[in-house]
Amino acid sequence: MFFIKLIIRNAFRHRLRTCLTIIGIAIAILAFGMLRTLVGLWYLGVEGSAANRLVTRNAISLVFPLPISYNDRIRQVPGVKSVSYGNWFGGIYIDEKHFFASYAIEPKHYLELYPEFILPADQKEAFIRDRKGCIVGKKLADKYGWRIGTLITLKGTIFPGQWEFVLRGIYRGKEKGTEERVLMFQWDYLNETLKKTIPRRADQVGYYMIGVGNPDMAAKVAQDVDRTFRNSLAETLTETERSFQMGFVSMTEAIMIAIQIVSYVVIVIIMIVAANTMAMTARERIPEYATLKTMGFGAVHIGFIIFGESVFISLLGGTLGALLTFPASHWIETELAEFFPYFSVSAKTIWLDMAAAGVIGVAASIFPTWRGSTIRIADGLRRIG
Amino acid sequence: MITIPYYYSFRNLWTRRLTTVLTASGMALVVFVFAATLMLAEGLKKTLVDTGSYDNVVVVRKSSNSEVQSGVDRSQAAIIESVREVAIGENGMPLLDKELVVLINLTKRVTNKPSNVVIRGVGQAGLPMRPQVRLVEGRMPRPGSAEVIAGKNIAERFQGGGPGETVRFGMRDWTVVGVFAAGTTGFNSEIWGDADQLMQAFRRPVYSSVIFRLRDSSEFAGLKERLESDPRLTVEVRRETQYYADQSEAMAKFLRILGLTLTIIFSLGAVIGAMITMYAAVANRTTEIGTMRALGFDRWSILIAFILESLLLGLVGGALGLFGASFMQLITISTMNWQTFSELAFSFTLTFDIVWKSLLFSTIMGFVGGALPALRASRMSIIDALRAT
Repeated sequence: MFFIKLIIRNAFRHRLRTCLTIIGIAIAILAFGMLRTLVGLWYLGVEGSAANRLVTRNAISLVFPLPISYNDRIRQVPGVKSVSYGNWFGGIYIDEKHFFASYAIEPKHYLELYPEFILPADQKEAFIRDRKGCIVGKKLADKYGWRIGTLITLKGTIFPGQWEFVLRGIYRGKEKGTEERVLMFQWDYLNETLKKTIPRRADQVGYYMIGVGNPDMAAKVAQDVDRTFRNSLAETLTETERSFQMGFVSMTEAIMIAIQIVSYVVIVIIMIVAANTMAMTARERIPEYATLKTMGFGAVHIGFIIFGESVFISLLGGTLGALLTFPASHWIETELAEFFPYFSVSAKTIWLDMAAAGVIGVAASIFPTWRGSTIRIADGLRRIG
Repeated sequence: MITIPYYYSFRNLWTRRLTTVLTASGMALVVFVFAATLMLAEGLKKTLVDTGSYDNVVVVRKSSNSEVQSGVDRSQAAIIESVREVAIGENGMPLLDKELVVLINLTKRVTNKPSNVVIRGVGQAGLPMRPQVRLVEGRMPRPGSAEVIAGKNIAERFQGGGPGETVRFGMRDWTVVGVFAAGTTGFNSEIWGDADQLMQAFRRPVYSSVIFRLRDSSEFAGLKERLESDPRLTVEVRRETQYYADQSEAMAKFLRILGLTLTIIFSLGAVIGAMITMYAAVANRTTEIGTMRALGFDRWSILIAFILESLLLGLVGGALGLFGASFMQLITISTMNWQTFSELAFSFTLTFDIVWKSLLFSTIMGFVGGALPALRASRMSIIDALRAT
């Protein structure tokens, strides 16, 4: 108890210096937390993917479609439980700044494959019945104030024209990370329109979603599907949803790695600042440590005082920084919604924040602790002059 | 007025080497991040600015953001082909190319990971229209054959991209017969082949874009107006420079905001570090300051001496950081451009502009960190300062 009191008193002896250090650490931890959250967002799609879903696309690349006739042939592959299909639509609402994902999907099986999209039964029914119907995630609906029955018009980038949809359902995500910023509409609507406008692009789908009964069979099923279409006009590439998502992530990995490195750099910067502060503090107090030793306190006690002060200051800074993360991420969510409509800080990030603060405190105190605890009484006292 | 010699400040930094090194390296890291983000943004800008030529015009289908999403069918292409504003090349042929642009999936050599690569079907005018592109190895593909040439980045980084190797797509093997370099432009990350052959292979009966050179740059506005309002066409007409700037708008903005935010936050940390150091420097030297005042140096000299000290500290940090950042030029970042879904490679580019900005930035950090402590030093009264032990 006595030591803790001493540590706290010591920490606030140089009030200005301590405050500056705490602010510095708080800023660094805040930056660290924000950067980690940013990196986490990138992998959100990967974490949300299920082990029993496979994605089949054209082997050349995603921009090439597959014929709709593959649907029945995939269904016949042993191990396949259900098949659905869709197209990336890439529509623009109002202008490019209001970007959200939009897909044309075959509704019945698609929603079965995605149990994490929770849609009330009556809304689901209404969506399946209405060819011009669409469903959106709750976050998206809230953002634009859409309600059931709202007319939504998208400008097609891949499929030219103005496309009009009637909102028939609003789904919620089962988990917190589930994507709720998606618009899905009936593939039939897309296809029937294309038959009239660009017939050569009709009856083609962007990708097939396959549900397998047994996740352990996924690799085998993927191979079988690809073998079915080998040497055909449209060869397929089937992979688990996870590796499909991972493919996207890994393409932008370079930037993510850079951000990750930078998030550690900020910790190192502040570690240097804190180490400098602690070194200065300990240097000034060497006569005191010698006096304490004279009174009978051992090296362990002195070491503990210095170490404790350093950790105390950095944890204080860390807590402040971690607390500031919440208003800061809220600010980002509202002000930078165009880039980060979803920017929520996970519990893991807060733990990492505190761990980083602890590491800063420990690392900053190593040298001063060693100096203070090994100082010889005579040398220390001599400094008083 | 007698001023304190400048080497007083310099020697002081030298005397307290450990603290100086620690503070300066904190600043060096900040300057490093500052310079690196500027270099990255500069590299991206340079790549895109160089990719487009101001006098070239890109015609894509209306409301398709990129060539990959676009489709211009043969009848529309023929109408565009007939405009009179097209420049005529050396061989008497118009400098106009109807191109096919699609993405294919290739695997990287090092990481074994797939990435989307742009494959461009070009015609006769493809090369003469783009003076920045030149063949550095091998030869051009023969028209009508399954031959392609690869950009420098593709040849180096992707499996099957090197000369003599083959890439497989569209049920055929395509031999890479040449490698082209295109300065720092985005074409380095593309594969080029014969447009008609590729359209066959991909079974796409439509072109992606029509690109041509203007015979007179000032005719652009009128041409754009005429083509976009032509009822037979559903196209969007842009200068090539504008087209490429639009393509990477999101990426450029992302890098800019990220860089700015990081720099502001990090510099706060470093300024606090400098402040702590300078406050301690002042506190340790109270008696010294008193003595100097007693010797006849006035408040201003003291202020200047301490500010000089912290400016030097900042400059040392800045120089160190910049030194480190200059090595980043060896690194090429290759990532996917979200707007086009395709691979884009660009390097960190150090310009003179960035050098002086970084050094200015580091001295500003030093100044901000040192101003308050220096002010405290200059305001000490002689008696109190001398009395302090």
